[in-house]
Amino acid sequence: MAVAAPSVAGSSARPSGRMARHPWLSAAWAAARTPRGAVGLSLTSAVVLIAVIGPFVAPNSPDALLTLTNAKPSGQFPLGSDFLGRDVLSRVLDGGWALLLMAALATAFGIIAGAGAGISAAYLRGRPDGFIMRTVDVILAFPQLVFALLLVSVLGPRLWLIVLAVGLSHAPQVARVIRSATLDISERDYVKVAELQGMRPRKIMSSEILPNLVSPLTVEAGLRLTYSIIIMAGLSFLGFGQQPPAANWGLMINENRNGLPLNPWAVIVPVALIALLTIGTNTFTDAFARVAIGIDRRPEESALIDELTPGAPR
Amino acid sequence: MMPRGAAGSAAPHGSADDIRLDVIDLEIRIGQSGADVVSEISLAVAAGEVLGLVGESGSGKTTVALALLGHARRGLRITAGEVRLDGVNLLALQPAELRAARGARVSYVPQDPSVALNPTLRVGAQVAEALRVHPGVVDDPAGRALEVMREARLDATPDLMRRYPHQLSGGQQQRVALAMAFCCRPSLIVLDEPTTGLDVSTQRHVLDTVRSLCRSYGVAAVYVSHDLAVVSGLVSQVAVMYAGRIVEIGPTAKVFADPIHPYTRRLLAAVPSPDRAEILTGIEGQPPRPGRRGAGCSFAPRCEFAIEQCRLAPPEPTPIDGRAVRCIRAAEIRAHPVPRQAIARGQAGTGQAAVLSLRSVSARYGRRPVLSGVNFEVPPESCIAVVGESGSGKTTLARCIVGLHTGWTGEIAFGGARLHPGIRGRSKDTLRRVQYIFQNPYASLNPRKTVGQIVAQPLEELLGLSFSERSERAASALADVSLSAEFLNRFPDQLSGGERQRVAIARALVVEPDLLICDEVTSALDVSVQAVIVEQLRRLQRERHLAMIFITHNLALVRSIADAAVVLRDGEVVESGPVDQVLEHPKDPYTAALIKDVPALASRRE
Repeated sequence: MAVAAPSVAGSSARPSGRMARHPWLSAAWAAARTPRGAVGLSLTSAVVLIAVIGPFVAPNSPDALLTLTNAKPSGQFPLGSDFLGRDVLSRVLDGGWALLLMAALATAFGIIAGAGAGISAAYLRGRPDGFIMRTVDVILAFPQLVFALLLVSVLGPRLWLIVLAVGLSHAPQVARVIRSATLDISERDYVKVAELQGMRPRKIMSSEILPNLVSPLTVEAGLRLTYSIIIMAGLSFLGFGQQPPAANWGLMINENRNGLPLNPWAVIVPVALIALLTIGTNTFTDAFARVAIGIDRRPEESALIDELTPGAPR
Repeated sequence: MMPRGAAGSAAPHGSADDIRLDVIDLEIRIGQSGADVVSEISLAVAAGEVLGLVGESGSGKTTVALALLGHARRGLRITAGEVRLDGVNLLALQPAELRAARGARVSYVPQDPSVALNPTLRVGAQVAEALRVHPGVVDDPAGRALEVMREARLDATPDLMRRYPHQLSGGQQQRVALAMAFCCRPSLIVLDEPTTGLDVSTQRHVLDTVRSLCRSYGVAAVYVSHDLAVVSGLVSQVAVMYAGRIVEIGPTAKVFADPIHPYTRRLLAAVPSPDRAEILTGIEGQPPRPGRRGAGCSFAPRCEFAIEQCRLAPPEPTPIDGRAVRCIRAAEIRAHPVPRQAIARGQAGTGQAAVLSLRSVSARYGRRPVLSGVNFEVPPESCIAVVGESGSGKTTLARCIVGLHTGWTGEIAFGGARLHPGIRGRSKDTLRRVQYIFQNPYASLNPRKTVGQIVAQPLEELLGLSFSERSERAASALADVSLSAEFLNRFPDQLSGGERQRVAIARALVVEPDLLICDEVTSALDVSVQAVIVEQLRRLQRERHLAMIFITHNLALVRSIADAAVVLRDGEVVESGPVDQVLEHPKDPYTAALIKDVPALASRRE
């Protein structure tokens, strides 16, 4: 059911045509249809939706000082006000997109750098392997948040630097996972076939090995996205992210924690949104990993059973 | 029931009294009410008798074998029928009773002992464990363990008992698995292709062990195999399965000497003979999968004798000559002789300069020498078979020639020029002219590329052709291996094993090489598919005037395809010469032993 074999269209002779199907897309679709995946996906998309359309539907300006400080919720301000008297609802609606965007970019950067390092180390072996993996070991010696903090405090709290720093702090972990997956794949016969055709190492890595790493990479990306969100929020909380008066969920938690007894919603809502988002991405990634592993290691027999009993639970 | 009655009366040894295993109308479906995987399976095995269950992969033979232990794989369910062992229906037992019966009264020998044995348990503990979980079945467990190891022809020294499975050879591992299966003196043993992964000589020794154990224990045994030749010397009754049903069941001698069902006939025609060079006729197409089986006879789409009536209703088993055959035209078909066609071998390429010549080639992996002083030549337009057991250095030899293994000394000359040891030191033209086909088609095709991309890839890398030229030549290369252009957009996981290997052949031939190296290219395939592939290779080699090196452990295949043979033993050439000479008058005792160990169809040895 996961990889529905598409009927092969006619006899159109397009040998080097585009891929007729994307196994990881259909795997993601299959994951979304499992209970676990459905929960994860709906949580994630709900929070993403809030962050994306929030700025357009916010009733007030996020920066305007409108009422008393730390005011309780009222008809006009459903979530009350923050420590400067700004509308919490508007700030919540406005404060997600930057966090999400930065987390996504950092994840993408971390995955690309980590996968590049991992594949090269595993395929080239020898000196490149030693150099890359020892570097990775050194970076891994630091806790991830500490490493990101170190980079940010040295380089300064510019947003693109934060993205790079968080991405870089992911790269070693990704490199380790991808290296071990690549070690297995580089011994496969189809890689030897490509070598026998005189293919260059760079092309072997990109066209023979990389496409076979899509499942572990997707799983890794989901996991790293979860961490990125936490680290980004954490950095904001510690004052290294967006600077005031910008609205940002992480920053809001820090700013309003003194007003917690007066208007707890200014803290609880951003905390809840970050928590739901990370739970959502993590749950969906977990569902995807289960499906992807099932596909990668699927014996023909169970493929047959899946195909003949649509909708059967795995 | 008709089928059982027919089969039961057909069994030469089986009087009604000593029937140990009696399977009645077994049916297994997918899920609750899904398609049937196997159905109407009825067979009976008497004490001391071995029944062979044969068929192509996907015929349902392993599914039936597991059902004999009351087990159905995940997603499958035994929906009807009985498996009576000494009169007790295993399928009606409670889970606890079934667990007590498994291992003690019915035991199983799996296909691959290297994964069936627990790698963390010592051999002695492994065998003792089987006895420990069934306390009271034997009196003296420790003594029994030693006894059964000796019976399985293992030298049960304390040293061996202390070893771990990975420290044993494949043959020894399989003997340990046999010892575990026999240690509780079961009534029934199910053997699921226990010799498939083994060398011919190891296979023969394991088969001898199985034979003597079955005989001395008076056990009923079911031997599952896709290889008719293996079964022919061992079993007294054979059941041929096709698409989940038994299409022919009867005494081995009769079935093999005079097959009636068209499928049995085709299967037998696909088995290579070590004694004669014959054109192998494989079976094109694939068996229909569960849920896709039509109303009529499942074999009708592939059957040369099929008539309109065959497609209407599934044939019932008909008793003929002591057998039960599911074919409505059985009587008419029997009159047709099974076609066998000898090959007229031309004298190829004598007196011309060799395409490839090896002079004192030695290779090592690390410190371990794998090849030492190998010399031979491949004349133009000829096929040289390289034979030997696993570990004899066949694959290393091929990898040295193509450049995948660089740790060798000596001289390999191709087309008169010395070959550089590594791929990087060779020109694109040299890479193009020497093509290598890997053993396992499941590993040699990139699962993320379409067949079209796979076949066109060498054209881009080695010849730098344009997109349209690549498309054209890829399509025609597929046509050469009888695959239609529809396959261009398919992915490897949509292909059967035979189709995959054809794609690999097309990929090698699309660049028009001068030398083709085939490394055990049929060892992962069914016998019926192997015949198709070998015939295709033979035809293409002739048509394209290719020089070819055909590496195999199967001496029977050598007859059908090669002009000359080189026999390797522990990295040394012990014998070489024209095929007929090597196979009929072997000079080296090793070659003679190899030839003796090749399983052959009993009927042909008469």
